[in-house]
Amino acid sequence: MTEFLQQLVNGVSLGAIFALIALGYTMVYGVLRFINFAHSEVFMVGAFTGYFIGQHVPAHSMSGGLLALAGAMAASAVLGIVIERLAYRPLRGAPTLNVLITAIGVSLLLQNLAQYFWGATPRPYPELFPAANYNLGGIVVSSNQVTVVVVTLALLLALRFIVLRTKIGTAMRALSLNPKAAALVGINIDVVISFTFGLGSALAAAGGVLYALNYPSIDPIMGTLPGLKAFVAAVLGGIGNIPGAALGGLLLGVIETFVNGSEWSTYKDAIAFAVLILILLFRPAGLLGRFTVEKV
Amino acid sequence: MFPRLLRFLSAALFGALWLVPAVRAQDSIKLGHYGAFTGKDGAFGSAARKGVILAVEEVNAAGGVLGRPLELFSEDNQSKQGESATIVKKFIARDKVVAVLGGNASTNSLEAAPICQNARVPMIAISSTNPRVTEMGDYIFRVCFIDPFQGAVLAKFAHGRLGARRVAILTSVSNPYAVGLSNVFRKQFTAAAGEIVAEQRYAEGDKDFRAQLTAIKAAGPDAIFASGYYTEGALICKQARDLGISAIIFGGDGWEAPELITLGGAAVEGTYYSAHYSKDSPAPEVVNFIKKFRTRWNGETPDGISANGYDAVLLFVAALRRAGTTETVRLREALAATKDFAGVTGRITIDAQRNAAKPAVILTVKDGRFQFVESVAP
Repeated sequence: MTEFLQQLVNGVSLGAIFALIALGYTMVYGVLRFINFAHSEVFMVGAFTGYFIGQHVPAHSMSGGLLALAGAMAASAVLGIVIERLAYRPLRGAPTLNVLITAIGVSLLLQNLAQYFWGATPRPYPELFPAANYNLGGIVVSSNQVTVVVVTLALLLALRFIVLRTKIGTAMRALSLNPKAAALVGINIDVVISFTFGLGSALAAAGGVLYALNYPSIDPIMGTLPGLKAFVAAVLGGIGNIPGAALGGLLLGVIETFVNGSEWSTYKDAIAFAVLILILLFRPAGLLGRFTVEKV
Repeated sequence: MFPRLLRFLSAALFGALWLVPAVRAQDSIKLGHYGAFTGKDGAFGSAARKGVILAVEEVNAAGGVLGRPLELFSEDNQSKQGESATIVKKFIARDKVVAVLGGNASTNSLEAAPICQNARVPMIAISSTNPRVTEMGDYIFRVCFIDPFQGAVLAKFAHGRLGARRVAILTSVSNPYAVGLSNVFRKQFTAAAGEIVAEQRYAEGDKDFRAQLTAIKAAGPDAIFASGYYTEGALICKQARDLGISAIIFGGDGWEAPELITLGGAAVEGTYYSAHYSKDSPAPEVVNFIKKFRTRWNGETPDGISANGYDAVLLFVAALRRAGTTETVRLREALAATKDFAGVTGRITIDAQRNAAKPAVILTVKDGRFQFVESVAP
């Protein structure tokens, strides 16, 4: 039982990070109907920004940690907006495939730029937040795991507030429902799309910093696998659906952790993707997604 | 019209000049060295490279071999799969090297070895311990011990000095070196009446080991054998300590890198691993090597992989002198006949399987430094 609960704790903290990254995929898909494959590199840049800020703030302090987190989110938000402005906006209206390929190109460009400037050697990540381990009746919870869950919950609530209660959030939803109608009623589409990219990228950066705090070694290709998993999480939950992305991330993290701790650990990625296939067979729109018929 | 044509022609001519290979010393003996200088396993190749460069410079300062200087070609495989094969092909086809030195990770050597074998170019692996590497053919050699020996040393050490009876194994399944080493360890340790209480797996590049470690913790081992490389080894130690696992953690020579300590910090204190040599050895070859290495590389202390790289060059040079020619058949025979070569990492005799029979040492991390524990002869 202790082992089961411990694995659950491990899984939830991993899943929370997947959820943060998955939100970015799902939000961009919601408004633009394409998968931003450069998202996993935004995640990586977020982790690196946190690393560089971490060199200048006191380690093991709450304020220093939050500063690094906020700095990384801000920097990645800017990066996300710039990527959209330079790479995706000129292609708006072009077939989705073109944008998709561009996204892969941007992803490779960022990866290689990061290797060029920061080197490919893994770096140890500073301990930004106060580090401690709490022993709850045999289950060990590290303060980093608590941080991950708390930060993710806080960001999810903030996101929910933004999307449901603010003007820009309403505009985002309107755009997601029908871009042409949204433009007709006077919504500035460019601003809303930039905002969506900024928001999604900031969440990815938070995910990057939290990921690096838990698995403290970072390198320029660190984003690839978590990014792919988060994409799966987004599809699992129903792409375009915000609570779905969070649920999908959590589910994927827990499944992966349980498989990892079993005899079948060699097949953990295979099993995670098999789960995706199974769910999509029975619920093609994902767990929380609504199935819509494409009208031709 | 004409000035434009002229400009175009001169530009083309200028461009063509770059295609003509730079005129090199015609009579140099070309040597290729590949390894992971950057990336996940970057510590291995960069350590080896420093040893190789030091040895080449030394040989050249002393007048070269057979009256000709050595010319070194170094290439980085960036810890990427497939790169080593490309590099070695280039060494052979374009650079026309006489011999190839490298790799460190057995995965890399397993890629390069068939190419060298087919081209009949001798290859000397620097720290690839998987037995399959030299089984690729009679042109493939190595200057390090092999895993059947290393695994036995580790099993003896765990059972004897550590007094461990219940050991958990954590293996990187996408790394042939780690898989081979874990297999030998399991066999030897159970033969010594020890028990393997848990076996967990991960893949190269994984960063989350909490799930596997939680399962290991539930099995209650005395010690944990993490047979992979230092990047994962350091993270495994960190996460094990986070989970409140106090069992001793130990690894093989894949842990040999300063990054083990920089990445692992306090969590790697009190861990053990097997290595190719100890910097604390009083042998004159070692003392002398460390002195020269520090002078060349800003006071840095060489690890076992640098020492192996250094030995690989000098062993090659000794064979070249005995062969008296760069002709590959004769050179191969001379390499195979190497006997009692006095290397930094011990006396090297190339056996019938083209492996080096050498002692292994056990090192530990104490106060943020690697320290010698014991030496085990084959």
